[in-house]
Amino acid sequence: MPDIKVSIKNLYKIFGPKGEDMVPKVEDGATKASLLADHKHVLGLNNVNIDIPARRIQVIMGLSGSGKSTLIRHLNRLIEPTAGQVLIDGVDVLAMSDAELRDFRRNKMSMVFQKFALLPHRTVMDNVCYGLKIKGVDKAEMVERSQRWIDRVGLAGFENNYPAQLSGGMQQRVGLARALATDAEILLMDEAFSALDPLIRKDMQEILLDLQQELHKTIIFITHDLDEALHIGDNIVILRDGAVIQQGTPQEIVLDPADDYVRDFIKDINRARVLDVKSVMEPGASDTGLSFEANTILEKAMPVMSKADVTSANVTQDGEVIGMVTLADMIGGIARPESHESEQVTYR
Amino acid sequence: MALFDEFPSLGRTELRDLKKGIDFAFNDFSRDNGEAIEHFFDPLMFFMVWFEKLLINAPWPLMVLIFAVLAWLGARSIPIVIGTIVSFLTIGWFGMWEDTMATVAIISVATALCIGLGIPLGILMSKSNRVQAVVTPILDIMQTIPSFVYLIPVVMLLGIGKVPGLIAVCIYALPPIVRLTNLGIRLVDKEVLEAAEAFGSSYRQKLFDVQMPLALPNIFAGVNQTIMMALAMVVIASMIGVKGLGVPVLRAVSNQYLALGLMNGLAIVALAVIFDRVSQAYGKRLQKHRQGGHDA
Repeated sequence: MPDIKVSIKNLYKIFGPKGEDMVPKVEDGATKASLLADHKHVLGLNNVNIDIPARRIQVIMGLSGSGKSTLIRHLNRLIEPTAGQVLIDGVDVLAMSDAELRDFRRNKMSMVFQKFALLPHRTVMDNVCYGLKIKGVDKAEMVERSQRWIDRVGLAGFENNYPAQLSGGMQQRVGLARALATDAEILLMDEAFSALDPLIRKDMQEILLDLQQELHKTIIFITHDLDEALHIGDNIVILRDGAVIQQGTPQEIVLDPADDYVRDFIKDINRARVLDVKSVMEPGASDTGLSFEANTILEKAMPVMSKADVTSANVTQDGEVIGMVTLADMIGGIARPESHESEQVTYR
Repeated sequence: MALFDEFPSLGRTELRDLKKGIDFAFNDFSRDNGEAIEHFFDPLMFFMVWFEKLLINAPWPLMVLIFAVLAWLGARSIPIVIGTIVSFLTIGWFGMWEDTMATVAIISVATALCIGLGIPLGILMSKSNRVQAVVTPILDIMQTIPSFVYLIPVVMLLGIGKVPGLIAVCIYALPPIVRLTNLGIRLVDKEVLEAAEAFGSSYRQKLFDVQMPLALPNIFAGVNQTIMMALAMVVIASMIGVKGLGVPVLRAVSNQYLALGLMNGLAIVALAVIFDRVSQAYGKRLQKHRQGGHDA
């Protein structure tokens, strides 16, 4: 088990004047709908428990209204919880004094926002400097560090532009550079790429994965887009109506969806891009001379097999053959699971 | 059904006693405290007298030059600078130079006072819904109550002169700057504020780095409105002894001097147009960052 950076324990958030009184009712099984109808309180988060490992990308996904943006704002306490704990490196964020909280936000955690949230009256350089300025870093060091991140996200030459002069993708690069410049260990990304068009979004995902290769930060990434979640997440948590429905690796979620809600979610994704050869292999060994690393995704493996004109290959891990895959296995893996038409579920 | 025929009002005696009571109470109050309050405002009065003399006694070419430079610094526009110079020269040519300087003096002091009081009050209002709930109706009263009504207690307390005139102008001109500061800060993008918070901004850092700069266009609209409303009060202020362009207008009204009234009235208009154009152009320049190819 990797070390746990962020641990969320029994977290409840109920919006309304008497939120605390509602917690027992939710514990007794009140749903989001019944709480709203009977008590005029909105259930934001319902007993959320998540352990987030260090130096990985943790995706939290759900549709709008599922509580994901509420959840991420509890981590740096932009929203106060109704009940529960958020432990970061073992320290309860919710017990911090105002001064401790400010210090924590300045040094430990930074955030990227859906609509960029840049300061429109400041240049790109000043925006990237923002977190450092609040920390009180001296000017020369501030500019030097910011310049490094501006270059790193590919905005060299735009230092003196204002945000309104940049495209959405470029603005979000500024947002990313601003968040990285403070050297915080934890990066919160609230639907950071959702406002971008698909090609730019793809681009930004690659930038993020690229950066993560060398930075190894603990990234908590909120999205409503399952393709995005599966592509960048090391671990995924799926939320619905403020409650955790399933957590696991992308493979686990695609191969073994917890319920119809999740099944519905994954039904349209490109499974070949998520599943690796290990997840569809069978015992035995192939004699075709072709072999794949265990974590090779099907989308990459299948053309290789087709080109070599073979129907099976070995799967290797750490140089050892651990099984084999056939084209039939692969096609079986890609095929959509049985749909549950009988149980028509609707989601809001 | 006598009740429906006539409104059940207070009797004549009761009403008279009530009014008398209020009047006497205020009379006593102003007799006891009038002098102290007047002394409290002495420094302000000395400053106003000094400032007015300064503007009137300064050589006129110097003043025209100063106005031209200020217009240039504010608007960065040659047409506005030329308009300013031509207006002041015309005003002087028609013999209204001294009155105009006196008006400029009181408008400047009133605007500075309104900004100094109004922006902090607006900030306070934006931070607390309770303060807003209390202050808003007061501002409504200040803007709608006929000016003559609040002239009465002001004159009773302070007599006639520059200070009561200034107070009367400020009562009328203060609300827009307070309202627009409050509005401007409340309209600041919630996500940008959240970002400031997420990076660990202190209260001051949030106010001065984020809220005030982003509210600036609105605050500036408030300053502009305050100047305009202060100018609108010039004639009424002249009724309680404020020197300036209002005095000849008042004389023109009571004696039916059409030309005199028109000339001084147009001089007020000229001042208003200059102040308005310069302050608006300045406000626009403050937002040059908003002019981008793409606006989100």
